[in-house]
Amino acid sequence: MELLRIATAGSVDDGKSTLIGRLLYDSKSVFEDDLAAVERASSQRGDDYVDLALLTDGLRAEREQGITIDVAHRYFATPRRKFIVADTPGHVQHTRNMVTGCSTADLVLILVDARNGITEQTRRHASIASLLHLSHMVICVNKMDLVDYDQRRFDEIRAEFEEFASRLEVSDITFIPVSALHGDNVVERSTEMPWYEGASLLHHLEEVHVAGDRDLDDLRLPVQWVVRPRSVEWHDFRGYAGTVAGGILAAGDEVTVLPGGHRTRVEAIESADGPIERAFPPMSVVVRLADDLDIARGDMICGAGTNPTVAKDLAAMVCWMDQAPLRTGARLHLKHTSRWTRAIVDRIDYRLDVNSLGRIDDVAGLDLNDIGRVGLRTSSPLFFDDYRRNRATGSFILVDESSSLTVGAGMIIGPSA
Amino acid sequence: MNYQLTHLKTLESESIHVIREVVAEFERPALLFSGGKDSEVLLHLASKACWPQPIPFPVVHVDTGHNFDEVLAFRDRRVAQLGVRLIVASVQESIDRGEIVEDPTPGASRNRLQTHSLLRAIAANRFDAVLGGGRRDEEKARAKERVFSLRDEFGQWDPRAQRPELWNLYNTRHRPGEHFRVFPLSNWTELDVWQYIGHEDLQLPSIYFAHKREVFRRDGMLLAVSAYCGPRAGVPDEEPFVTTVRYRTVGDMTCTAAVESMASTVEEVVAETAVSRISERGATRADDRFSAAAMEDRKREGYF
Repeated sequence: MELLRIATAGSVDDGKSTLIGRLLYDSKSVFEDDLAAVERASSQRGDDYVDLALLTDGLRAEREQGITIDVAHRYFATPRRKFIVADTPGHVQHTRNMVTGCSTADLVLILVDARNGITEQTRRHASIASLLHLSHMVICVNKMDLVDYDQRRFDEIRAEFEEFASRLEVSDITFIPVSALHGDNVVERSTEMPWYEGASLLHHLEEVHVAGDRDLDDLRLPVQWVVRPRSVEWHDFRGYAGTVAGGILAAGDEVTVLPGGHRTRVEAIESADGPIERAFPPMSVVVRLADDLDIARGDMICGAGTNPTVAKDLAAMVCWMDQAPLRTGARLHLKHTSRWTRAIVDRIDYRLDVNSLGRIDDVAGLDLNDIGRVGLRTSSPLFFDDYRRNRATGSFILVDESSSLTVGAGMIIGPSA
Repeated sequence: MNYQLTHLKTLESESIHVIREVVAEFERPALLFSGGKDSEVLLHLASKACWPQPIPFPVVHVDTGHNFDEVLAFRDRRVAQLGVRLIVASVQESIDRGEIVEDPTPGASRNRLQTHSLLRAIAANRFDAVLGGGRRDEEKARAKERVFSLRDEFGQWDPRAQRPELWNLYNTRHRPGEHFRVFPLSNWTELDVWQYIGHEDLQLPSIYFAHKREVFRRDGMLLAVSAYCGPRAGVPDEEPFVTTVRYRTVGDMTCTAAVESMASTVEEVVAETAVSRISERGATRADDRFSAAAMEDRKREGYF
């Protein structure tokens, strides 16, 4: 059974929590005691229906205000797949949550209210998902019951979104008309919309092919921890532990170790369960090399042929997540794979209008929830790939030097001049 | 080869990555080990993450004094097998020192008192990262918690001021006095844990499997008759009786309930868990039943 990670987005009133509640409920992933608590809460509020949104809103402030504050994770499984849902709030000011939820997702599910159609927020969410390089998008046109299950309305929304989507880099977009409240096309095909010939949402999520999204060509193994037991039994053992971030590794392969650039051979790939024939993302392994090299955490083991870019100057799209704006000249901690370094913001090239993906030039800085192209200089070289080619070696976080807060998320475009 | 991992292998790999980040980036980590199934899976993953080195940090047991004998025996056996150092944070000792006051009601739970003893152990040993077996599927407040969850100098969790957590790039930076609770099993469900126990052939305390036990019913839950807890005199519905039960979670005897079950092997428990209609905590934890926000409140105070 495989794992599929989903990020969801939609504005407060699109019925996103209801849809997730419906997926959990109809796939029999809701426990009776949780449901009973939700039924109690609904009737206390005087609702005449069971508010499935209450299944996901976890913090007291959320239940009281009827909003979702933070990324919440939900889990459900069918016989075919296990699903992890990162449910992100839709308010404009919570772009950072959407970026966070998308950063680990294979697929994004965006809700549209059939009555309102494509809004600025829909475009914003789709743009963010595209920037985070999610290859799979599902547009759920919800509340179809409130537009009499009208095919023309669905087609209008679809056409409008498709025109906008030509600017996105999402290869697979699927449109599904649903009613989360009544369950139409969520788990079971709807009887109200015979004109819709596609799969139900759950069926689509079970079938969508995501295995091809990883980079299996170029080997990338960031060294996470050097294992040196120094015990009697393992006297001379020296292994490099890490999570494969790209490519396929086999014993006997020629590799290059950065930053030194030394070439050597893989003696063995080891694990607590015994030797491993081939390692690939996202396996956590221990590698032994033929030569005794000076290798530390933060170094990277790469395939003999295809090296990542090694540079101290880089250009990246940065989503800014701090109250205080990002300015040119700012100094920050930067974490990339297993390497911490320091970085200075050399320049802010432009801010992105996430509603249109247009550029806004001559900006003084990036405010909270802004996304823009930034030039950075780091104190030690990074070994990176274009984020669009490899999400694991193309991403970094920025951390404030005094507060230690995570203040930025970066997606590398390439080296900068 | 299709270069595709099963969901269990994906979860295992992700957890090992998290544990290795802790080993590599913290000076004084520790692992919370209760002898329960989640902490046993966590301990097993830690030994895999560090292999072939022995686990280079101590394990901490927050001991309420209201333990199942089988669980204590299991704890000691595992600690000896792995050669790790055990630190016991004793609630009884905290009470004896007069630092906390026990609820005088007979059979009262010491669950909430654990927070004090845990924070004391963290401060005394200057732990900067404490690995725990918490899962996001357990409870709605947990569903919003980060894998690396920062606690302030008072051990408190502020759910509205959490750092965003992106990709697998964990921000481990903190100020002196602050520490992290780290949850490598965040993305595991109860079913995943049981499937993994079967897959890895892990041993567990015997109380996880069907056995005969003298129990009584309170608030719809089955509690064991023990030295710490028993039927209240004059409460007619609390008549003790013997039946076949197993535990879904392990904790303080006064607030951990058993479920009626005939499942005596891991396979049978997996089958039962897959079709269970009651949540793990709802079926077995009296402490979460006080209010919808019970866990959120305890977590804010520093509970695990």
